[in-house]
Amino acid sequence: MAEFFEMPQASPTMEVGTVLSWKKAEGDALAPQDVLAEVETDKAAMEIEVFDAGFLLKILADEGDQVPAGHPIAILGTSADEDISSLLAEYEQRKAAGPATPKAATASPAPAATKSAPPPPPTETGIQPFSWQGKEVNAAIMEMPTFTIALPAAAPGAPPNGKVRSSPAARAAARAKGINLAAVQGTGPRGRVTRADVLRQAAGIAAPVAAAPQPPKRAIPLPTANPGDTVVPNTNMRKTIAKRLKAAYSDAPVFFLTAQFNCDALVDFRTKMKEAGDKVSYNDIVISACAKALRDVPEANAAWADDSIIQRAKVDIGMAVALPGGLITPVIRDADQKALTQIASDTRELAKKARDGKLTPNEYTGSTFTISNLGMKQIEQFTAIINPPEACILAVGSMQQEPIVDDGKIGIGWRMKVTLTCDHRVVDGALGADFLRAIRGYIEDPGKLGS
Amino acid sequence: MAMIQIREALRQAMQEEMRRDDSIFLMGEEVAHYNGAYKVSQGMLEEFGEDRVVDTPIAEGGFAGLGIGAAMAGMRPIIEFMTWNFSLVAYDQVVNSAAKIFQMSGGQYSVPIVFRGPNGLAENLGSQHSTSVDSLFAHFPGLKVVTYATAYDAKGLLKAAIRDPNPVVFLESELTYGIKGEVPDEEYVIPLGKADIKREGKDVTLITWGKQLFVVQKAAEELAAQGIDVEIIDLRSLRPLDHETLFNSVAKTGRAVISHEGFLYAGVGAEIAARIQEACFDVLDAPVLRVTNRDVPQPYSTNLEKLVMPSTDRIIDAVRQVVER
Amino acid sequence: MTQSESLPEKSSLEAVDAESLSHLYREMLLIRRVEELAAKAYTQRKILGFCHLYIGQESVAVGAAASTKDDYWIAAYREHGQAMAKGVSARAMMAELFGKATGCSNGQGGSMHIFSKEHKFMGGYGIVGGHVPLANGIAWAAKQRKEGRVCVCFFGDGAANQGAFFEALCLAQLYKLPVVFICENNFYAMGTPLHRQSAVTDMSLRALGVGMVREQFEGFDVEVVRDRVAAAADFARAGNGPVLLEIVTYRHRGHSMSDPAKYRPDGELDEKKKSDPIAITRDRLTQDFGISEEDLAAIAESVEVEAKDSWDFAIESPEPDPAKLYDFTYAPEGK
Repeated sequence: MAEFFEMPQASPTMEVGTVLSWKKAEGDALAPQDVLAEVETDKAAMEIEVFDAGFLLKILADEGDQVPAGHPIAILGTSADEDISSLLAEYEQRKAAGPATPKAATASPAPAATKSAPPPPPTETGIQPFSWQGKEVNAAIMEMPTFTIALPAAAPGAPPNGKVRSSPAARAAARAKGINLAAVQGTGPRGRVTRADVLRQAAGIAAPVAAAPQPPKRAIPLPTANPGDTVVPNTNMRKTIAKRLKAAYSDAPVFFLTAQFNCDALVDFRTKMKEAGDKVSYNDIVISACAKALRDVPEANAAWADDSIIQRAKVDIGMAVALPGGLITPVIRDADQKALTQIASDTRELAKKARDGKLTPNEYTGSTFTISNLGMKQIEQFTAIINPPEACILAVGSMQQEPIVDDGKIGIGWRMKVTLTCDHRVVDGALGADFLRAIRGYIEDPGKLGS
Repeated sequence: MAMIQIREALRQAMQEEMRRDDSIFLMGEEVAHYNGAYKVSQGMLEEFGEDRVVDTPIAEGGFAGLGIGAAMAGMRPIIEFMTWNFSLVAYDQVVNSAAKIFQMSGGQYSVPIVFRGPNGLAENLGSQHSTSVDSLFAHFPGLKVVTYATAYDAKGLLKAAIRDPNPVVFLESELTYGIKGEVPDEEYVIPLGKADIKREGKDVTLITWGKQLFVVQKAAEELAAQGIDVEIIDLRSLRPLDHETLFNSVAKTGRAVISHEGFLYAGVGAEIAARIQEACFDVLDAPVLRVTNRDVPQPYSTNLEKLVMPSTDRIIDAVRQVVER
Repeated sequence: MTQSESLPEKSSLEAVDAESLSHLYREMLLIRRVEELAAKAYTQRKILGFCHLYIGQESVAVGAAASTKDDYWIAAYREHGQAMAKGVSARAMMAELFGKATGCSNGQGGSMHIFSKEHKFMGGYGIVGGHVPLANGIAWAAKQRKEGRVCVCFFGDGAANQGAFFEALCLAQLYKLPVVFICENNFYAMGTPLHRQSAVTDMSLRALGVGMVREQFEGFDVEVVRDRVAAAADFARAGNGPVLLEIVTYRHRGHSMSDPAKYRPDGELDEKKKSDPIAITRDRLTQDFGISEEDLAAIAESVEVEAKDSWDFAIESPEPDPAKLYDFTYAPEGK
């Protein structure tokens, strides 16, 4: 019977052996204790002997090869002309499959520590001596026994005996944050308040119930920096923009509606206001126009809430403001009810605060609709990404003089292109078009806006 | 009841056991013709003869090993180390043979042997004669480690140790062999692994063993005068440990101080503190403190030695520290 | 060789005949074969840790067992051959080497801790020389109980430098204990040859320091070992005190399975193999007792069957039960 001859495990620490030299050639007869080869282990060079009489049928490892302990280095057989094709095939298969970690023959897995359900709170203070797999062990075995202390039950709302079960670290944290321990929900063993519990209380977050979900795997690997590149760590603002807009981009099924507005009347209107001393920008007028249009088409002033659509009561318009390193959207509250001059005053104030980094969260969150205007940067037209959870965002391009056709004649007129991005779950094409028409109504006839 | 010296209580334990069971013999340096270096075995040669009370040459490894072999072959030897300092030349026998033979043989051979002798402080003897070996032996599964403070405990525990089928390290004290205590006339045995509450109290649990008990008791008196009521636990057994008495006491008081002879680092007190912290975390009002020898090899001169030993003053300080927290 | 002044020239044993010598031959061959299988098992990671082979020294254990079958034996970690000569079955041995529950030490000990109470084989120890004082205690008990038994204590030339060994000689002679100390001098203590370990290379001279009877002889011939150990056992059994025998032998393999024994001078192994105990007795059987080649082949075959059977038994035996992990630390009360 032909058999593999494996690289021996010459010492407990040996993992790999190097074949130094073969002392027998293929076809040679072998007697017990004949030296087959010289092999280098982690400790020394050793001669390996055969145990039984036979023949060396095939050498599988060349001189210089490193072979893991337990892997074949030769095929031995009891007769010189045995068929070893199946063994060879097996050997090729094993090589192709890659190295397997040799297992100790008598290794047994450690008995699994069975995690039982948490025991009910004890009614008595008591000790359970250490036992092993349900059996009592000699008392002189010094593993830890289990000791449960019966603590009096807490009266509702009040800590027992003036003591809340808490860790020293929790108490230090409570002191630092000025938190009353008795008010903290403890998630430690048997209701003990831990430091994490106190910190959660301080941040107003509820205790966790489930483990955090794993982040999704990357389909496209991240880029690496080349020599000369500068790696700029992400600011919190950048991180927030990335997170929110990626979510908007991937969650909302969007479509885009573009319209070109005739701004001749708008230019006159604004010039007149300027002469009257009212400092109102074109953007302010766009804001007012959109705000009033949202009253006309309230379905565009909404948010997707998975099993419902939330129809907003107020019209709070977010205005995208560029900042070094990012952007922010301060909110003009109740823009539909404000006079243009008021809107203008708001936008000026908010823009300044934005550039000074002094906006409060209340001032830059909670819009119901957002406008992004890149007209001053000579962008003729663009599409904006929705500011979640809003249903629409309006991208306003530059206002410029263009050749127009009026009554069969070529003329010059002020024109502005806007693109409305709509979340199709909330706003359908027709609705989006209606909304744009409403905006056009105000832009092309700004007198309707009042002052 | 009789008021007898501890040396006599120990002697009685050995004599009573040797009369019941003729497989028991005592072996060690000077135990027979000299009547014992500390006169513990006085008169025993006369009663039991040279085959059962055996003088040895100064060869601890040799005679400790002999005892272990005899125990394997079915006898019950009591091997006396003149002091536990000298046991270290026999450490291999106690730790690698006595403690492990039951396991190595798959349970075929047990080693019912007692190693006994004086341990720890003996005043002005210098560093090599002042070793406390408690943790050196308590560390190993396969051994039991026992000690006493009073005459009553000495006799009852030694009898239990002799009857135990496992190797027992029995720690005595040279300084207290002459202390008298009450011992019943009837036979009694104190089971190994049970601590004794030597003083009940409610403010602090004071844990100790061996002759350190007397130092602790003095400290307790002074503390009582200061209005602090300590509970004293005399462990008696270091292995096995009486967790129940220990933890119940700490659950009651919420504070623990451990005081023992021997060094602080990796002493048995460290192990007990770790267990208390783990089991009684929710009811501890203060960290567990330890009062032990200072970390120096024992000096010879009296003033320094007093400074090194865990004194009543240092115990009182520690107790006050945990109470005033 | 140092002949003892006190031991008789010949022991009380009768001379061997064909049957008894064949029996000794088979014993040695079985030990040899089981050890070779153990070596193979070690390279296949069925035996782990340390494995010290007795190959080449079989005549010492087998010869000693001829007169001390019912006495107490204690040995060091090269004790597979000694345990089997004392009566431990190949199955119990192999299963213990494989760490199985059916091993003679219940899988708790392994190669270095072979114990068998049934056969009065009291271990199996890993601390060089550490077990020698124990022999005195065993002999003490035998003497106290007037059993008429001796304790035979095996150790190597390396152990004869250990403090515990000297103390044991000292106490054995002082108390006149019935111990036969057998120093198997294979001239290497691990990788260090004897002349670099000891200022004297006659290890039996250590007995002089305590006034103990001693003898040194070559142990390649099992009949010589049989006679001299019997003489020593007679002496000790009669209450004359202990004997130190130094038996010169040779191990064909390294100190352990990890040791390729490169420290041996070239040609030494081949030279020593000429004194292979099994070959010596084989020649004696064929030349002086008329045992045929067929008879020898039959013995070899039966040994092969027994050895392979022990392998299969070990493979098929279960591992020790994890539920019993703590059962071997302390003897229960009442033991």
